[in-house]
Amino acid sequence: MAVVFEKPKALADVSTHYCPGCTHGIIHRLVAEVIDEMGIEGDTIGVCPVGCSVMAYNYFNCDMIEAPHGRAPAVATGAKRAMPDKYVFTYQGDGDLAAIGTAETVHSATRGENIVIIFVNNTTYGMTGGQMAPTTLPGQVTQTTPYGRNTETQGYPIRVCEMLATLDGVALAQRVAVDSVPHIREAKKAIRKAFENQKNKRGFSIVEVLSTCPTNWGLTPIESLTRLREDCIPYYPLGVYKDITAEEVVK
Amino acid sequence: MNEEIILAGFGGQGILFAGKVLAYCGLIDEKEVSWLPSYGPEMRGGTANCSVCVSDEPIGSPLVLNPSLMLAMNLPSYDKFINSVKPGGKAFIDSTMVEEKSDRTDIDCFYISATQLATDNELNGMANIILLGKMIKETSLFSLETVRKAMEKSIPPRKANMLDLNMKAIEIGMNY
Amino acid sequence: MERNLMKGNEALAEAAIRAGCKCFFGYPITPQTELSAYMAKRMEKAGGVFLQAESEIAAINMVLGAAATGVRAMTSSSSPGISLKSEGISYIAGSDLPCVIINVQRGGPGLGGIQPSQADYWQATKALGHGDFHLLVYAPASVQEMINMLTKAFDLADEYRMPAMILADGLLGQMMEPVTFPEIKANVVEKPWATNGHQFKRKHNIVNSLYLQPDGLQKTVQDRFVRYEDIKKKHSEAELYKTEDADIVVVAYGATARVAKSAVNKAREAGIKAGLIRPMTLWPFPEKQIVEGTKAASDVLVVEMSMGQMVDDVKLSLECSKPVHFFGRTGGVIPKPTEIFDEIIKIGGAK
Repeated sequence: MAVVFEKPKALADVSTHYCPGCTHGIIHRLVAEVIDEMGIEGDTIGVCPVGCSVMAYNYFNCDMIEAPHGRAPAVATGAKRAMPDKYVFTYQGDGDLAAIGTAETVHSATRGENIVIIFVNNTTYGMTGGQMAPTTLPGQVTQTTPYGRNTETQGYPIRVCEMLATLDGVALAQRVAVDSVPHIREAKKAIRKAFENQKNKRGFSIVEVLSTCPTNWGLTPIESLTRLREDCIPYYPLGVYKDITAEEVVK
Repeated sequence: MNEEIILAGFGGQGILFAGKVLAYCGLIDEKEVSWLPSYGPEMRGGTANCSVCVSDEPIGSPLVLNPSLMLAMNLPSYDKFINSVKPGGKAFIDSTMVEEKSDRTDIDCFYISATQLATDNELNGMANIILLGKMIKETSLFSLETVRKAMEKSIPPRKANMLDLNMKAIEIGMNY
Repeated sequence: MERNLMKGNEALAEAAIRAGCKCFFGYPITPQTELSAYMAKRMEKAGGVFLQAESEIAAINMVLGAAATGVRAMTSSSSPGISLKSEGISYIAGSDLPCVIINVQRGGPGLGGIQPSQADYWQATKALGHGDFHLLVYAPASVQEMINMLTKAFDLADEYRMPAMILADGLLGQMMEPVTFPEIKANVVEKPWATNGHQFKRKHNIVNSLYLQPDGLQKTVQDRFVRYEDIKKKHSEAELYKTEDADIVVVAYGATARVAKSAVNKAREAGIKAGLIRPMTLWPFPEKQIVEGTKAASDVLVVEMSMGQMVDDVKLSLECSKPVHFFGRTGGVIPKPTEIFDEIIKIGGAK
């Protein structure tokens, strides 16, 4: 019988701790498929954040480092500088990357560190039980914005890709989503492009993946995907914010 | 030998460099030496000073509190250190920059118009070395040969042409 | 071997390169900045990596990433910057990674001052971050010793898979002294745990400090403490100076020990039997050497550039068997030999 679908080799054969309906599983799979297709698992070092994906080191079969909260880009910088021929990627959530780790994110980007960042944006701190994240939408109810995020007192969400796209060191800044099959295919292409950039020493590539959190959003998985489409994507438009390979083509 | 030396002046007068030459003299003569600069905001245009110890014995604290030899290139430095010189010690003062004379009788004070001498001899910026020449003459701490070797060590290779000028400044100081 | 004059900060940098340090991650702070500047000039030529990070926090985490891949990595800072690094140091210790951290201490707390201090003793030896762990802590007292200890720090860090610190101060960092660089044979330690790409030749490695099962975490920490016991047995170091017959023994480390030695010599000249114990490792603390060196003494005087921190460990070592006095200067004030001499007289005179 022909095998038409199987687990990527770069993903460990274990069950994950993610909640039912969470889209982390899809994103893990996309990263692992790219690693498999490029045949780079033996030369890849992944860096996990603190947050829901803190234990991703158990799920990827490449070598893995667990970083302190927000510091994954700095840890990845150290690993990549020490081993410039290896592929180094981080896998970070919105609290990790855009709150406590903002400085590490911005500076690794502006240095043009030749690394890949997979940025999972689900507009909340999932692991700690659904508090306000830097990407929480205006009016969104979380544990620490029980009356909805009030921009007068709690400020506005950060659009990470738009912000990083202004930096010269960035090779790729692209926002994708995993709410539908076409979007998932688009997301995989972006992740592949990010790893190809690293292979070709083009510099810093970030793929922001709009994701869900059914548990903390208080929605069913299906409702979560609908919210992602109807509330999140309008605030965080999908698209390529910077792509130096596209610029090369134009030239 | 156990000399505790303070060199002091404005930042830019070459205080740290003069101290370095002294420390290298000690090194070449196989003495124990230490060199400790003042650091921090002080060095940005304000007063600069450094402590140099040259001794036959291992050096304890490298921070000189009561110098046996003192070299002062401006009034604030002179005021700060003149009364800390050990009885029997020697002070070398740039009299172009410091008009005051010490009334201490328990130390030997040498007043050298070093900055003026430097200008007269087209050795601008080498008043520090002229004073150093005088100090070496009056103390017989090191031979001219040692001083030359120390200069070679202290002057970076890209400024090697400065060696002869510095040695000329030493001689002017020694003959003052 | 040629003797050359070198600043403490620069000597540390050169020694690190010679010890095979491949990655240095820095951030400017007085009074250690020359170290970074030296690395910036030399590291790349020596085939290594120099990077000025965006913060001390980033720098220590870059060390974590580089050390995880198995290379020798180092960072340096001064007191306030070390506080910022404490998070990363705890993770490095919790991940069993070797590295070297330099602290060229200045006065504190807060922004404090920029002059020499020893007020980070507690931080370095007891609490450089959260959790049950230790660093190897070396306390050099001369520029030459900075060189020697740095090599040893890298070797032991690799051997025991733990961070090591050189606890210096602004005086040692800034001063120049004659140094020689001995031919270094860096210990090459196999690092089968390194996350440097498995090449499909082994199972994937994980560098991690997270253990969600209390039993698992307890076991990991306990195993680490077994290693610590081994280090305590084998690697505590101290210099004992004229202690055999000493009535009064001064205990001081680092730059303070130099001043104390002058005071001890002065006391000997004055007919007082004084001696000096100079701890060279602060963790492990040289407990046995303290007991050994004070056998003949009736009194012990601890001198520090702090309000009294190491004095606790001296008291613990002596278990209340004899009076332990303290004299300290803080805030960047360096004690004078005469002040320490006066303290010795005061204690001796009371007899």
